[in-house]
Amino acid sequence: MAVLLLAEVMGDDLSVDSTAKALTAAAQLGDVTVLVAGGNAAAAAAEAAKLTGASAVIAVSDASLANGLAEPLAALVVSMAGDFEHIVAPSTATGKNVMPRVAALLDVMVISDVMTIVDGDTFERPIYAGNAIQTVKSADAKKVMTIRTAGFDAAGEGGSAAVSDGAAADNPGLSEWVEDKVEESDRPDLTSAKIVVSGGRGVGSEENFAIIEKLADKLGAAVGASRAAVDSGYAPNDWQVGQTGKVVAPELYIAVGISGAIQHLAGMKDSKIIVAINKDEEAPIFQVADYGLVADLFDAVPELEGKLG
Amino acid sequence: MKVLVPVKRVIDYNVKVRVKADGSGVDLANVKMSMNPFDEIAVEEAIRLKEKGVADEVVAVSIGVKQSQETLRTALAMGADRAILVIAADDVHQDIEPLAVAKILKAVIDEEAPGLVIAGKQAIDNDMNATGQMLSALLGWSQATFASEVNVDGDSAVVTREVDGGLQTIKVKMPAIITADLRLNEPRYASLPNIMKAKKKPLDEKTAADYGVDVSPRLSVVKTTEPAERAAGIKVGSVDELVAKLKAEVL
Repeated sequence: MAVLLLAEVMGDDLSVDSTAKALTAAAQLGDVTVLVAGGNAAAAAAEAAKLTGASAVIAVSDASLANGLAEPLAALVVSMAGDFEHIVAPSTATGKNVMPRVAALLDVMVISDVMTIVDGDTFERPIYAGNAIQTVKSADAKKVMTIRTAGFDAAGEGGSAAVSDGAAADNPGLSEWVEDKVEESDRPDLTSAKIVVSGGRGVGSEENFAIIEKLADKLGAAVGASRAAVDSGYAPNDWQVGQTGKVVAPELYIAVGISGAIQHLAGMKDSKIIVAINKDEEAPIFQVADYGLVADLFDAVPELEGKLG
Repeated sequence: MKVLVPVKRVIDYNVKVRVKADGSGVDLANVKMSMNPFDEIAVEEAIRLKEKGVADEVVAVSIGVKQSQETLRTALAMGADRAILVIAADDVHQDIEPLAVAKILKAVIDEEAPGLVIAGKQAIDNDMNATGQMLSALLGWSQATFASEVNVDGDSAVVTREVDGGLQTIKVKMPAIITADLRLNEPRYASLPNIMKAKKKPLDEKTAADYGVDVSPRLSVVKTTEPAERAAGIKVGSVDELVAKLKAEVL
C-alpha cells in the first residue's frame, strides 16, 4: 500500500524531527513517498531523501507554497492523492491546518493526532485532552491523518531515496502571507521544551512569578502556568498549560503551587518525570507526581534554584 | 455583515472524564455540559465585531442533540442575535463527525449567506481540530486557523495565527472562515438581565435531514479506554533529596 507523507518545512528547511517521526509511523502503513513543498524545496527534499524509510521524494517548489498557506498546500496534496491510500502529515500547526482541508476536499474524515497504528484502517488517538484513548476504524477509501509525533521515534538517516520534481497545483489565491514572528524569548518554546517549570495560584501574584522564571532560567526551561494563575492575572495567557491551553510532554515538569485541577493535569500528565511542590499535602497534583515535596514554595523554590546546576 | 458562529455543547472543562466500563465511550449521562471553551471565544469575537460596527448580526448555530439549545441560549445571553439548532442526534453519546458538521454548516451558510464564520479551533471532547478547515474546503473560502488577532477591513481580514514557535500573520479574502485560539480574547460572562433577554431571542429548530446531510460516521469507534496510569511516585522530605533524585534521573 502506498503512503504519501507531507514533510514539515519551515522556510526552506526541512523540520527533520517532526518529519522523521511521522515517517516512522507512515512506514508502518506501506511504501512512503515524501512530498516536500516550499518556495524552494530542493535542499529540504535532499534532506528528506536521507531519511531511512523514504522510498521516494517529490520536491515541489513554488512561490505559493513558501509560507505553508493552507489553500495552495491542500490543493497540491489533493492533486497528488490519486495513487495513495494513506495521506499523512505530522501533527504540527501546518499539518493541523492543512490535512482537514485535504480530507474534506476528498470527502473523507480526517483522523487527527494518531498515536498508534493498529492496522491500515484502525488507529488509536487521544480524546478529551488525553483523558481517554479512542480506537477508530475508518470506512473511507483514503485515510487522511495527522501523526502525534511524541508517540513515534524519529527515523534515522541512512536512506538514499530518489528525488523527483513535481508541479504545484493552481493556487486558489484566497490568502496571502504577511509576516512570521518567531518568538524572541531566550527561553525554549513551551510545547517543545525538555524541561517546563509551571506556577499555579499558590504563587500568589504576578511579581512572585519571578521565582518561577528564575528557576526556569537556571534549568534552561520553558515557563508554564495553570489556568488558575492565568485567570488571576499572574501569568500571560500563552503560558497556560492544560486542556484549554498547551499540552506539553517534557522530560521534566516541575509544578509549583499548582493544586492539580483536572484541566491542568490534562495538559501535562504525559511528561516523563513530574515534580510537584505544594504546601497542601492533599493536593491532587501529588497523585501524578513522581517526586512530591510538601513545602512552602517561597522557601523551597529559591533553595532548589540555588542547589541545582 | 452577518457573522455566523458554530457552537458545540461539550462536557464542562472542569469535569473529570470517566471512560465507561464496557469501553464504549466516555460517560456523559448526568454530567455538567457547557459551551466548548474555544467556541465561547469565537462568540465573544463575533460580538466584539458587532460592537465595533463591523458586523451587524451574529447568528449562533449548534449541531447535535436537542439539549444543545441550552448552549445556544448561552451564546444569545452573551450577545448573539439569533440562533439555529440543527438536531442531528438523539443520544448525547453520538458525536457528529466534523465532516458531517461541516456539510450541515455549509447548507446553513448557503441559506444565511454570512460574510464571516468564526469557529472555535477545536472541541475539547473529540479534539479533532477539523471543522473550520473542512467547512472552508467545502465552501471554497479562505481559512485562517488558530487566530489570536483578527482585523476585518472591507473585503479582506488580517489574521494573526498561533503557529509552532511563534505567530504568523496572513491576509485572507472575505468571506472567510476563522478559527479562534485561546489568546484571541477573554469571553464575557452573561449578565442575569441578558440571560433573561436571551430567552426571548429567536431560536430556529431544524434537523440534519432538512439539509439533506447524511450524518452517519465514517469512523467507527472500536473501543475507548483509559490512558495508561502513571506509576505512583514518592514524597521527598527535603529539597536536598529532590535535587539528588533529579540529578540522578534527568539533569
